[in-house]
Amino acid sequence: MDPLLSVEGLTKRYGRRLACDGIGFTLDPGEVLAVVGESGSGKSTLLSLVAGEVAADAGSVAYRMRDGATRDLDTLSAVERRALMRTDWGFVRQDATQGLRMAVSAGGNVGERLMGIGDRHYGRIRATALDWLARVEIAPDRVDDPPTRFSGGMRQRLQIARNLVTAPRLVLMDEPTSGLDVSVQARLLDLIRGLVAELGLAVIIVTHDLAVARLLSHRVLVMRAGRVIETGLTDQVLDDPQAAYTQLLVSSVLAA
Amino acid sequence: MNPSNPAAAPAAVTVSAGPGYSFAYLDAGTKRMIRRAILKAIAIPGYQVPFAAREMPMPYGWGTGGVQVTAAILGAADVLKVIDQGADDTTNAVSIRRFFTATAGIATTTRTAEASVIQTRHRIPEAPLVEGQVLVYQVPIPEPLRFLEPRETETRQLHALAEYGLMHVKLYEDIARHGHIATTYAYPVEVAGRYVMDPSPTPKFDNPKMDDCPALQLFGAGREKRIYAIPPYTRVRSLDFEDHPFRVQSFDRPCALCGAEGVYLDEVVLDDAGGRMFVCSDTDHCESRLGESCLGETRRADGQTGEAA
Repeated sequence: MDPLLSVEGLTKRYGRRLACDGIGFTLDPGEVLAVVGESGSGKSTLLSLVAGEVAADAGSVAYRMRDGATRDLDTLSAVERRALMRTDWGFVRQDATQGLRMAVSAGGNVGERLMGIGDRHYGRIRATALDWLARVEIAPDRVDDPPTRFSGGMRQRLQIARNLVTAPRLVLMDEPTSGLDVSVQARLLDLIRGLVAELGLAVIIVTHDLAVARLLSHRVLVMRAGRVIETGLTDQVLDDPQAAYTQLLVSSVLAA
Repeated sequence: MNPSNPAAAPAAVTVSAGPGYSFAYLDAGTKRMIRRAILKAIAIPGYQVPFAAREMPMPYGWGTGGVQVTAAILGAADVLKVIDQGADDTTNAVSIRRFFTATAGIATTTRTAEASVIQTRHRIPEAPLVEGQVLVYQVPIPEPLRFLEPRETETRQLHALAEYGLMHVKLYEDIARHGHIATTYAYPVEVAGRYVMDPSPTPKFDNPKMDDCPALQLFGAGREKRIYAIPPYTRVRSLDFEDHPFRVQSFDRPCALCGAEGVYLDEVVLDDAGGRMFVCSDTDHCESRLGESCLGETRRADGQTGEAA
């Protein structure tokens, strides 16, 4: 069977600086891939390239659609691409204010994708929103509160609910746990791990935190200066790093 | 101004239609540009066509968009009616009517049936419009998605791709907050099954009148520099949810002056003791009915006839 997502030779330059240099990987359904590396290594750019938010200078991204046909995302029309992004894909952002509508209630945030794909029944939309809030451990009496009144951890959970409501098959996550304190991080990671397993999601998670990678991912991609310097199974890469930089990265983790 | 001393009031400003002014104020080139925008708007019902709005001798918010549209379509034989919140006798309506009397020398009227062009702020007349009439709306904010999506680049894309889920998010928020769709004016409509459009801040009471209307409806937004249109006999549907269908306001009493039912009423405060009455917002409609000796409760009690409030 074809992989769900195959990325080949993705390259992006910002002026003379190379943000991503010929990056390629594949992702199977239900597989979690962590992209790790230091700040400025091109992780987030890679995610934006895959999501089509930034135009690549070279390379291609192919995705196996729900009908089974693998399509190059460049060949999709704007309508198809946007439809794909709001149904079959999710994007959980580092900054929740970028991924949520801050002036709209939690229920409206979760319901937006449903209304976007044509659901016009208020009772049904609200019931689905309540169900999803429960699944991400947000109390039902907060359904009408805007995310401005939510804590950082709640905002991230709301973002996850908002993205998962249309049952996507691929979710991109950009540092979903950064900026949260460790106990909130742990709960969020636990939640993400549960949902990923339960829904069989394929995930690309960008993180600088190796513990997040170890906890969630099956495979790891180590990036530095826009290049992939090591890739493999998570345990293998983290326990027995081959590249010098990966060894440095692994040994830099502070033990509590 | 002290009404008891008319000598202190400044003399009415009169603008002669003599040399120095083009017919209906705007120069020929500007009218041509606006007419092109109008034609394009009619060709794509509900689509906001950008146009190069001019400075008009009135402040933004007083109908600069509507005035430019009116100026561009007026002919010497046209009869103009101008209403503001349904009334023919408020400042905005009176001054715009006088502006066109002065600059175009055309006839004006307050009777809906006699007018060929009706410029309106926030109401559609109660009397049914007919073929050949043009209704020109003054629009403050033409973009229905504006308060949910502040980026113009993004709203244009949403219109282009007919992605209107966001509009329903607003209605969802209404129901979540108030238990029903609490938007009562500027209620979004879908035109000809395609573009979602802001009908300007008319009460949603008037939305059904836009549907399948025999008259041409033009919308002008001066500050935002947009023109859009609903051609005659076009399907206009108010957005709603299956379990919260679109409904208009209803009033539990008739007009206190003329006794009309099923019309949009204004609340008028009478005194400091909580006294109030509800009267037709459409003054022409009310006066016509009074002329036909239809009397509401106050008139019956006072024994008065004919005169409008």
